[in-house]
Amino acid sequence: MSISMQLPDYLVERDPNRCIKCKVCVNQCANEVHSWDEDIDSVIAAEEKCVNCHRCVTYCPTRALKIRRNPTEYKENSYWNARTIRGIDRQAEGGGVLLTGMGTDRPIPIYWDRLFLNASQVTNPSIDPLREPMEIKTYLGSKPDNVIIKDGKLIKELPPQLVLDAPIMFGALSFGAISLSAVKSLAKAATDCGIMWNTGEGGLHRDAYEYSKNCIVQVASGRFGVDAEYLNAGAAIEIKIGQGAKPGIGGHLPGEKVGEEVSRTRMIPIGSDAISPAPHHDIYSIEDLRQLIYALKEATRYTKPVSVKVSAVHNVAAIASGIVRAGADIVAIDGVRGGTGAAPLRTRDSVGIPAELALASVDSRLRQEGIRNQASLVIAGGIRNSSDVVKAIALGADACYIGTAALITMGCRMCQTCYTGKCNWGICTQDPKLVKRLNPEIGAQRLANLIHAWSHEIKELLGGMGINALESLRGNRLMLRGVGLSETEYRILGILPAGE
Amino acid sequence: MKRVYAREEVCAGCKLCEVYCATAHSEYPNSILKAFLKQETRPIARILVEVDQPLSFALQCRHCEEANCTQACITGAMTKNPETGIVTNDESRCVGCWTCVLVCPYGAIKRDETGHKVASKCDLCSNNDTNPICVEKCPNNALIFAEISRGGE
Amino acid sequence: MLREGEIRIPSGCAISGIINKQGVRFSGHDVMKSIALMHDRSNGLGGGFAAYGIYPEYAEHYAFHIYYDDLSIKEYTEDFLSSKFNIAESHEIPTKKVASVKNPPIVWRYFVKPKSEFIDEDCGSDEVVMKIVMLINSKFEGAFVASSGKNMGAFKGVGYPEEIGEFFRLDEYKGYIWTSHGRFPTNTPGWWGGAHPFTLLDWSIVHNGEISSYGANKRYLEMFGYQLSLQTDTEAITYAFDLLVRKHGLDLETACSVLAPPFWRNMERMDPAKKEMYTALRVVYGNLLLNGPFSIILGTSNGIIALNDRIKLRPLVAATKGDNLYVSSEESAIREICPNPDHVWTPKGGEPVIGMLQKEGVRDEYQYATA
Repeated sequence: MSISMQLPDYLVERDPNRCIKCKVCVNQCANEVHSWDEDIDSVIAAEEKCVNCHRCVTYCPTRALKIRRNPTEYKENSYWNARTIRGIDRQAEGGGVLLTGMGTDRPIPIYWDRLFLNASQVTNPSIDPLREPMEIKTYLGSKPDNVIIKDGKLIKELPPQLVLDAPIMFGALSFGAISLSAVKSLAKAATDCGIMWNTGEGGLHRDAYEYSKNCIVQVASGRFGVDAEYLNAGAAIEIKIGQGAKPGIGGHLPGEKVGEEVSRTRMIPIGSDAISPAPHHDIYSIEDLRQLIYALKEATRYTKPVSVKVSAVHNVAAIASGIVRAGADIVAIDGVRGGTGAAPLRTRDSVGIPAELALASVDSRLRQEGIRNQASLVIAGGIRNSSDVVKAIALGADACYIGTAALITMGCRMCQTCYTGKCNWGICTQDPKLVKRLNPEIGAQRLANLIHAWSHEIKELLGGMGINALESLRGNRLMLRGVGLSETEYRILGILPAGE
Repeated sequence: MKRVYAREEVCAGCKLCEVYCATAHSEYPNSILKAFLKQETRPIARILVEVDQPLSFALQCRHCEEANCTQACITGAMTKNPETGIVTNDESRCVGCWTCVLVCPYGAIKRDETGHKVASKCDLCSNNDTNPICVEKCPNNALIFAEISRGGE
Repeated sequence: MLREGEIRIPSGCAISGIINKQGVRFSGHDVMKSIALMHDRSNGLGGGFAAYGIYPEYAEHYAFHIYYDDLSIKEYTEDFLSSKFNIAESHEIPTKKVASVKNPPIVWRYFVKPKSEFIDEDCGSDEVVMKIVMLINSKFEGAFVASSGKNMGAFKGVGYPEEIGEFFRLDEYKGYIWTSHGRFPTNTPGWWGGAHPFTLLDWSIVHNGEISSYGANKRYLEMFGYQLSLQTDTEAITYAFDLLVRKHGLDLETACSVLAPPFWRNMERMDPAKKEMYTALRVVYGNLLLNGPFSIILGTSNGIIALNDRIKLRPLVAATKGDNLYVSSEESAIREICPNPDHVWTPKGGEPVIGMLQKEGVRDEYQYATA
């Protein structure tokens, strides 16, 4: 039996002057880090199990706990660093594919932070959102080239549209990957805020049916939970071809997370791994996608927009063009920073391209081909705050999906161990004792707070630019300037450098 | 009258309500550290979280309309205030016979043997207006302070 | 330094316009006087006029006003024009020397019709003319088509508008519609093509304000084949009207409600049919919404429309006297030429003032502001 080379990632520091031995940390840690030792009348910590989720730190009534990175160092090496060595150790001991959760944490350039917005000065007044109407209402769906009116009446109805009170939607977070409490929080908040939530691959749980008018139901490669009732329940249907966190492979829900409720909602046996196939096995080429899109439209009598979600990959512009011509009403693009409940580490960190570049190139390409209005563009993959939303819209997006930001709102601390099913915050677990920890009322309130706050900030930024309607920002690249980008990046993003 | 009700479906079983209740009824009601580290005897909570995972919820005195404990009390220390409806134990008259402990159908009364023996139980933090400390501090809104009538009562 | 078309130059301004709804023609003297009153709204770096009905003897020909930097580009362009058009008449536009109008380009006019071999079912004569004008303006270095409509013309340049009017001897012309513009650009363009009005066939637009939605409007129009080579707001507005009215068949008033649509919350209060129509217009044409301050006067052969942005960030006043409708940035500019109008009012933001010729079947209606 050999000794493990893996040192604990974190150390648990308990201040003896503050610990009142209430054992709240013991009863809260699902990873069983803290335990009560009767013999020494103390709480002790098994540090190697700590994932730094902050549950104990937050709940300790006297703030007696700190989690620190294990300061034990390797010899300085900018290439073979601690992270790289640990990755190899884990595989040497376990022999398996390294799994991880949430989006990539690698230092990929953040283009959002290199884009800057305009403001009105003298030649054009800024508008005060507290005193003037500031319109951020958004319609997602296919738009015709023109409108036919006779005698003051609309002759031809518009194709089906999703109406959003703000250009933000909750991204695809499947029931199974996340708990029912989290699903209910998202569903209720979306309904209260007039935006959409997305079932992800998890199907639509009956407890969430009351929020189905604000729901986008997903049809992914595993077709979990898909039947006619499901398709007709939501406000729109989304065909999931891929997601930003793991382009090229399907969803993965470990069997531990498939309990009775997940089993019933996804229509799969209890305890079985829910592994979605990499491709849809009925979509091997673009024309097959067209067939599926129209099959879904037929099944819902052309009353609902059909969205197609793809990962941002190298030829995403051409792919998006094909998707629009295949009949999609909405194209959703998920960049490399997209999150997940479980993905192989290497796929998450190395596959895909940043959302900003994908968005700019897709928007430009669709305009060049004269088909930009035939589908709305939704961008996803690391939208962190309202200024990212505004910059995304200026680059050409109609709206943004938020996934990670929504999870953080509900309490996620980004410990990246979602795939274990032991989420201490009750967000991405199916363990009933943990699921209780997320109170959907509180979750929904926090999410609604976020959306309201971002909406207000968006209005402030718009007003500063002298704009009072979001339509005037959409694709308006002149409102952006870049700092510190290469010539090629300026060209791809279609913006000027600051100073010009 | 308003009572504290537990919402089992969102109770995380953390027992912070016990910590705050004990502190509020200690010599140092505003300092958890002093209550637990300075006070000679460890403070006792009047609320108890029952746990049998995944089931968990906080339980305390129900301030019953027809309180068994008030009838069983041999000294008349345990009384129900006719106006507020709150059942309290007058510790100066309590002799620690534990009869009330036996007759409480909820097991909500504790034995406090830290000083002279007395029965210890929830007193709704002595008022019906502001939230008792357990309700205030529950991190998941698993306790509510409300008037819930049950037809006929 | 980059000039207009190579860089975007914001500017502030003054506008004024007159129409005689019976089509009775009058000299440019009045409109020049009106715009001259608003002298301080300009800075001498741009002024211009559009006039309709000035070439009755060539009413069916397209009247090209072209500016040339030098004779060689003139020759080159004229060769090109004669290959595409039958030129009935061409001569220099009469001008007068004005001290403050320096370095004018060569200004020439042509009365033309496209050769029949270029006209077919898909591409009518209007379309041919439009394409050629866009080609010359984007590709012919040193040549610029200032206007190309029938029985109308644009006279513009670098100088105060009244000086430009004097330079072009506008008091010698007679038209039934006159619009004018004085410019206050925040850079020195030094280029005559940059002044207003911007024209496209019969459309002419003079515009005061800066469109903050320009980037969004531009990219939408480019999808429909328009090349916004001048990088001016006015160009975008003109193409928007061309798309909505000429290509998509909307009437002028509906087109105005695309550029300045009702607020969503006001749509909620409309009756269902109206709400459906306005919603569809805004959903489909949202990218043509003009955001930012503007007051514009759109000129066409049939009449004029004046319009403000939805929250009226620029001034616009209208007045009538007899058969004449006046619109201007300032009431004083109207009273300067019409001291006792029958009716004077300030139009609301987003509501167009429409003055059409009293021809059978042509609409003529404008809304008076409530007292």
